[in-house]
Amino acid sequence: MLKTFHKGGIHPPENKLSAQKPVQDLPVPRSVAILLSQHMGAPAKALVNKGDDVKTGQLIGQGEGFLSGNIHSSVSGRVAKIEEVQDVSGYRRQAVFIDVTGDEWENNIKRDLVLDKEIRYDNAEILKRIAEAGIVGLGGATFPTHVKLTLPRGKKAECLIINGVECEPYLTSDHALMLEKGEEIMVGIQLLKKALQVNMAYIGIENNKPDAIDHMRRLALAYEGIKVCSLEVKYPQGGEKQLIQAIVGREVPSGGLPVDVGVVAFNVGTVFAVYEALQKNKPLIERIVTITGKGLKNPANFRTRIGTPISVLIEAAGGMPDNAGKVISGGPMMGKALSNTEVPVVKGTSGILILPEEESTRPVIQPCIRCAKCVSVCPMGLEPYLLMPLSQQSLFDRLELEHVMDCIECGSCSYSCPANLPLLDFIRLGKSNIGKIIRTRKK
Amino acid sequence: MTSTIVYTIISLSILGAVAAIVLYFVAQRFKVYEDPRIDLVEAELPAANCGGCGYAGCRNLAETLVKSETFEGLYCPVGGNEVMARIAGILGREAIEQEARIAVLRCNGTCEHCPRTNIYNGAHSCTIASALYSGETGCHYGCHGFSDCVLVCSFNALHMDPVTGLPVVDDQKCTACGACVKACPRNLFELRKRWKGDKKIYVACMNEDKGGLAKKNCEVACIGCNKCFKVCPHEAIVMKNNLAFIDSDKCKLCRKCPPECPTHAIIEIGFPARKLKIDEQIAESTVNTKKEE
Repeated sequence: MLKTFHKGGIHPPENKLSAQKPVQDLPVPRSVAILLSQHMGAPAKALVNKGDDVKTGQLIGQGEGFLSGNIHSSVSGRVAKIEEVQDVSGYRRQAVFIDVTGDEWENNIKRDLVLDKEIRYDNAEILKRIAEAGIVGLGGATFPTHVKLTLPRGKKAECLIINGVECEPYLTSDHALMLEKGEEIMVGIQLLKKALQVNMAYIGIENNKPDAIDHMRRLALAYEGIKVCSLEVKYPQGGEKQLIQAIVGREVPSGGLPVDVGVVAFNVGTVFAVYEALQKNKPLIERIVTITGKGLKNPANFRTRIGTPISVLIEAAGGMPDNAGKVISGGPMMGKALSNTEVPVVKGTSGILILPEEESTRPVIQPCIRCAKCVSVCPMGLEPYLLMPLSQQSLFDRLELEHVMDCIECGSCSYSCPANLPLLDFIRLGKSNIGKIIRTRKK
Repeated sequence: MTSTIVYTIISLSILGAVAAIVLYFVAQRFKVYEDPRIDLVEAELPAANCGGCGYAGCRNLAETLVKSETFEGLYCPVGGNEVMARIAGILGREAIEQEARIAVLRCNGTCEHCPRTNIYNGAHSCTIASALYSGETGCHYGCHGFSDCVLVCSFNALHMDPVTGLPVVDDQKCTACGACVKACPRNLFELRKRWKGDKKIYVACMNEDKGGLAKKNCEVACIGCNKCFKVCPHEAIVMKNNLAFIDSDKCKLCRKCPPECPTHAIIEIGFPARKLKIDEQIAESTVNTKKEE
């Protein structure tokens, strides 16, 4: 029997339209807007001014604070302005606008595609270089990788888990990356293993990607301590806690970190970025973005420079379909609907999904019939039907006791609700309020 | 037969007497002294339990009022000066008078002025929508129109206007309890000084964007042009983040600023109609004659 996590989970239609498409290079756009906050923490501080000439790979934003990350220019050209641009949420954030001229790279970046297996650095140096390259978790949470690699005092990692699950319907960027850059990912894993001083790494891949499993298994034979695990197809297996449970059978305690059970997990995209940063000196300036949707002429996986407007991606994939109802950044389950297609691609953009009109409106809300479907699908073992009214009535003490902070916001409850209740909307509201309460309590 | 009735009465009476004695001693032993003035003060308070004073209901405020030395920081906005004076009489202290206030919505982004750019389909709540994204219009500071404020108003003083899509404050019913101020995720409500006849002059905008962008998204946005700031003789207008703010405690309702505003973001309510200047009168009459034609 295939491995999977134990509690809950759903299986939405996969719709992996761009699964068999190779990675294409998206032409460098004419201008980019590089957001200064592409990570969890505080925005980076801009290091360039209007009128400055920048090269591809040049540091243009210095991460400030604990969870912040460096920002590099993804193109060469002149800084047109430093102004606010709408991000995924529609709110305006500071960004560096660059008008592109040519494509001149920083001299120390190796642009060849030769595989470089040699591990030159000790673990402190690896960490330092990862931080300098501005690498964040590319699975979507954009947690700075160097922070994740710095384990809390007294904690020790026993194994590394690599997330190649890609459980979100439609998205195929990790799949395409594994097929194209499998070997590089293996080297990246060796580097991360060295940084964490662990001997074992597991790559989790769902078995709807048999080609990727075969490919990675074949490559893994040449490396010591890398094992590929084929997993049952179930959403949200790509969630860190779910994946750990599926592969090593350990449950991360409530409010705890994966390292509490001796595990550290990374996305395959992050691992590839680590490889490029250490072996090729290349900071995180581009990523693979899936552009997909049923009405779209040409769903594809594009290697995209950070800061490219999403409208450019849509054009490259055959233009906006006539029946488009919603443009979503991310997958259909956890992605965010956009209010504007000029939003730039950021480090956390794994895909752009265009839903047709008939699929993009929410059905009519009906009363809860206590069927408990939401309870049975919740991968964290919560009771969404109870959490929603508690949040609606602002009963935050009770809500906290019900472990609402464990919610990973996967949306399985809202997806499976036969009454179409906006369960996750209210759970998120409760979470943000309790987050505020917890922060004031700590002070 | 009669003996059964007699015995029943006797035994029940004895039981009752014993229970009464026990209860008397228990009550004496566990008696909690409560200041009788708390009940008197509570009777004076409006019993709305709105939390506008910052305490958990009227009883809680009454307890605090009786316990505290002065009335500093303790005020029932719903009852106002009249109620506070009566409470001061009961407690033999000096009442601190406060000016009457009223809630004002600082947004005029009606469907007409501020066109929609997208459709929100999620849970019907301003707080959720605001946490999720920037909103249905281009303005990221304006009213969502999902009536969070209407739901929290204990006095029925707010209702949504179906034409404008904005909440409307009923001046007669508003008690300035401040519930809407706390409920609005965009901080659009302000408690302003209440003038006679509910006259108001205020900047109906909270948009901090630069002028061009603000005007592009909403016709009646404050563009931060400083014109009102320059004309104000009472230093009541503060400019901050491309936005004018009229301090209602300093404003004397001189009506100099509203005509200066190029976007009509400053609203005046409750005044008699202005006398038009001569050239404006001419312009007006030509428009009228054209209409008639």
